[in-house]
Amino acid sequence: MRIHPRYIQRGAVAILGSATLLTILILIFIIFFVLEKGLPVISLHFLTDNPEDMGKAGGIFPTLIGTILLPLLALIIASPLGIFTSVYLSEFTKENNVTKIIRFGTDCLAGIPSIIFGLFGYIFFVVTLGFGWSILSGGLTLAVMVLPTIIRTSEEAIRAVPKSYREVSFSLGASRWQTVKKVILPNALPGIVTGVMLSIGRSIGETAAVIFTAGSSLRIPTSVFDSTRTMAVHFYILAREGISAENAYGTAATLIIAVLLVNLSAYWLMNRFIAKRN
Amino acid sequence: MENKINTYKKITVKDLNLYYGKFRALISIELEVQENKITALIGPSGCGKSTLLRCLNRMNDLIHGVKITGNVFLDGTDIYNAALEVAALRKRVGMVFQRPNPFPLTIYENVTYGLKVAGMHNKKKMDAIVENSLKRAWLWEQVKDKLDHPALGLSLDQQQRLCIARLLAVQPEVILMDEPCSSLDPIATMKIEDLMMELKKDYTIVIVTHNMQQASRVSDYTGYMLLGEMIEFDVTKNIFTRPSKKLTEDYISGKYG
Repeated sequence: MRIHPRYIQRGAVAILGSATLLTILILIFIIFFVLEKGLPVISLHFLTDNPEDMGKAGGIFPTLIGTILLPLLALIIASPLGIFTSVYLSEFTKENNVTKIIRFGTDCLAGIPSIIFGLFGYIFFVVTLGFGWSILSGGLTLAVMVLPTIIRTSEEAIRAVPKSYREVSFSLGASRWQTVKKVILPNALPGIVTGVMLSIGRSIGETAAVIFTAGSSLRIPTSVFDSTRTMAVHFYILAREGISAENAYGTAATLIIAVLLVNLSAYWLMNRFIAKRN
Repeated sequence: MENKINTYKKITVKDLNLYYGKFRALISIELEVQENKITALIGPSGCGKSTLLRCLNRMNDLIHGVKITGNVFLDGTDIYNAALEVAALRKRVGMVFQRPNPFPLTIYENVTYGLKVAGMHNKKKMDAIVENSLKRAWLWEQVKDKLDHPALGLSLDQQQRLCIARLLAVQPEVILMDEPCSSLDPIATMKIEDLMMELKKDYTIVIVTHNMQQASRVSDYTGYMLLGEMIEFDVTKNIFTRPSKKLTEDYISGKYG
């Protein structure tokens, strides 16, 4: 017996819809769970006080600093490197085996577990280069870790710029570099920003790569050669060493809110940019 | 002006062959383009007319795997000469594309794009060129009060005329048009055709079109192409009234395919 396409479609829509619903519910559940346990802990004092007794009491102020500094440093290093690389790969090279290998390599790097990057960072930056457990080592490690993501997402964004824009630009006598600067980058910017944002999100929450390279000092750092502790690491240590479940949830909630804020402000910036152009 | 006897050959194509990898897309093309005339290239889809057009300002350079042999002379200089600067060539031989393709910028920024990449900063000079170019493209009256509006807000035929204005701003000598009316309605098409008649007084125009009526209406010379070969090239009137080749006649009379 033949089932009417209308019923098949209903079935398909039901499956697709429930998958979406399940995803959203899981997400809401996680966020709700963490916020429910963590929000009551968060107060102005919690955010601005130094921890006492290894974090059992007091606030998380130094870890806020660490959480801002490490991804920021990673971003400053990885964004230009990654964006320049993607521009070079997509606009200044012809597709051949070398570019294919580079692309394959970046894809592989993007899939490597972060603890491997942590191990690499420890051996290379901390020990070999002698930077020690420091903001510098941690930032460099995070930069290496997010570089593949930035390269690939920027490249996708650049490829998505219509071919006709390039043709017109060349036909009006523009050079390749002028075309990149005036046409391609402005039009690819929203996509590039999205990739950079994803990278910030990933490095804010990163634990394994950071604990090996930036250490876990609770002092407020005074230079890039000082060790620091991020919120993610703080949370890990509080929970793992059984120091304070309450403060662990408080830290986790702060972390989630921070990531949300970063994403929201990036979206806001991007929309403003797009609105300005149109 | 119209009656001026002008036989200056602006472009001469000699034994031009183009290969996409192993496929030979253009076969020993010979073509002469007269100054201040409109030369039309017609033929069925895939015959190589757009490819030939794109050889005239080296747009095919951008495609990977294209190999070209033979010569294209512009004012007697071979444009495939290694010493020639491609950007400078493209300023002299500009292009209007099939789909209107303004940049997602303002009307003003679109027209000044070519000037800016050429290094012009003088606002006063640019204002004058913008006004002049838009006037010549018959767009000034409609857009003079909204130069800072986004170009993509214009209607399709206004966008196409904006693209023409953007091209005129860089003062080309030759204008290549690649099916410039294929996405426009008949009234907009007429406007563009009238504009072409006006522009040929100062520019040399080569147009690719799949619309035979358009070729017969606007062009002075017509070339009929088939499977990469230039089957016949003659004064437009001759091509459409008494073609000398059977293949041309078949196409003109609709017997092709």
